Amino acid sequence: MGSITLKQVRKAFGDIEVIPGVDLEINEGEFVVFVGPSGCGKSTLLRLIAGLEDVSSGQIIIDGQDVTSAAPAKRKLAMVFQSYALYPHMSVGKNIAFPLKMAKMPEEERQKRVNHAAGILNLTDYLDRKPGQLSGGQRQRVAIGRAIVREPAAFLFDEPLSNLDAALRVNMRVEISELHKKLATTMVYVTHDQVEAMTMADKIVVLRAGRVEQIGSPLELYHSPANRFVGGFIGSPNMNFLEGPAAEAFGAHAIGVRPEHFLMSKTEGQLPGTVGVAEHLGSDTFLHIDLDDGTHIIARAAGEFPISHGDRIWLTPEEGRVYRFDKEGLAIT
Amino acid sequence: MARAVSTRIKIGYTVAAWTVALIIFFPILYTVITSLKTEQAAISGFDLWPSFSLESYRDVQSQYNYFKPFMNSVILSLGSTALALAVAIPAAWAMAFSPTKHTKDILMWMLSTKMMPAVAVLVPIYLIFLRTGLMDTRIGLTVMLMLINLPIVVWMLYTYFREIPGEILEAARMDGATLKDEIIHVLTPMAIPGIASTVLLNIILAWNEAFWTIQLTTTNAAPLSAFIASFSSPQGLFWAKLSAASTLAIAPILIMGWFSQKQLVRGLTFGAVK
Repeated sequence: MGSITLKQVRKAFGDIEVIPGVDLEINEGEFVVFVGPSGCGKSTLLRLIAGLEDVSSGQIIIDGQDVTSAAPAKRKLAMVFQSYALYPHMSVGKNIAFPLKMAKMPEEERQKRVNHAAGILNLTDYLDRKPGQLSGGQRQRVAIGRAIVREPAAFLFDEPLSNLDAALRVNMRVEISELHKKLATTMVYVTHDQVEAMTMADKIVVLRAGRVEQIGSPLELYHSPANRFVGGFIGSPNMNFLEGPAAEAFGAHAIGVRPEHFLMSKTEGQLPGTVGVAEHLGSDTFLHIDLDDGTHIIARAAGEFPISHGDRIWLTPEEGRVYRFDKEGLAIT
Repeated sequence: MARAVSTRIKIGYTVAAWTVALIIFFPILYTVITSLKTEQAAISGFDLWPSFSLESYRDVQSQYNYFKPFMNSVILSLGSTALALAVAIPAAWAMAFSPTKHTKDILMWMLSTKMMPAVAVLVPIYLIFLRTGLMDTRIGLTVMLMLINLPIVVWMLYTYFREIPGEILEAARMDGATLKDEIIHVLTPMAIPGIASTVLLNIILAWNEAFWTIQLTTTNAAPLSAFIASFSSPQGLFWAKLSAASTLAIAPILIMGWFSQKQLVRGLTFGAVK
């Protein structure tokens, strides 16, 4: 239960092609995250899987069945929306029970399932409230509860945490990950936040302009990005790119070095520069450095690093941590 | 932070507001006062003190049978509202949830018909009513009132339906709701405040409509608006009786308006604040 296959799925709105043709295999029980900058087509791809948009061509197969032209309800999927999309006139209990009511499940069984889901999500005390009386995090849990009770083949999440504040977002991230462990159901999750992608996913699909740039586990993407875009998108702060003589020394058009992969010295090294802003976070120090060739670099030093604005610094990329890219931006292996 | 307002300024505003409200309300108040006077007292000059005589009301009912036009008003306003909803709900639904390139144009065109002076189409409509035997019939007037208010009803419902987030309907679809379930369990309950204020406003508009009701009725189908108009010529000098009849005509709608203030305000300011 819960494998999803996309075969050359293409979507165009009028003359504008938003997804030029995607092939994708999602295995049963996997947590797959679609990540990419806004407008990259990740939400559209999710809505195509959900059946909320019709594909222009291609095939969508869920559990071996071709559902390309099936109605959303017939696909055995449950979706959690960015805006939660709760029914404002129904109580929390009725909201969660709604899909079961639509499936004409007997009242008794319905109640049992709602109570079970409410238990998992800590909503038992709120079943009689209206969504308007809940906090953002609680509403999100109701939306998840409504998805759980259906026991779907897979869950679809469309940027579910982007309306929450930072602290709550971290909590919900953990909660959703735990839920995935508990239910072991396939989850497809859309986000523009690469931290969410890295922390939650079994498999990340990086999208740009409707195209799949790379598919892999979080650490695969971190350690071997297929191109400059993926290298720059995964990791925080972003990967630094150097061109010119510095790159030529490595036999590449451009090289990428992550902020955490610089050796720093106040006396010697390969790349001399001047410190602009130094952000002292205690656990880390982020240095914004202007190299002498004009390139702007962000470097991370673990722990405290006594340096301030205007100081001279020499950077040396760690051995084996330099990513080389050709003229087209593809990784040289 | 709320702006700090001194007590003196607050009192000043309150007095000013009450003054303006009283000036606006005064003609209605004086009509009610006059209706409670005897004819002699009514004609003898300005006096705010009624003589608490119900004589005029008795006369209006016994001589002119107030209840017939009253019932006509009820039937016309409720009937035309029901008819308008039956047409406008599906129309607004389609425009709000599956709009085409021309949806806006159609809406504007419908609204533009309200800008046309009614008298411009008086002759053709009068002739149609005359030739089809609809003249002075409740059914003819119900349809007429429905048609003149339809653009407003469609616009209002369209605006309300547009406020319902599409994601909620999509969620219902994901949850296995058919189109019928979606409409019954999700859309309609969410739109009920909007539908209610549309209904109220339309009842009031239909109740107060005076141009077509006067032109297209004589006795059988005449509602209160036509009744008052016809009353003013033979009884024009009998102020107390005229006032009693006017009071009886506006009282039902005033009472209804009072009880449904909240809905009405929402209806009249629709789309202003989400």
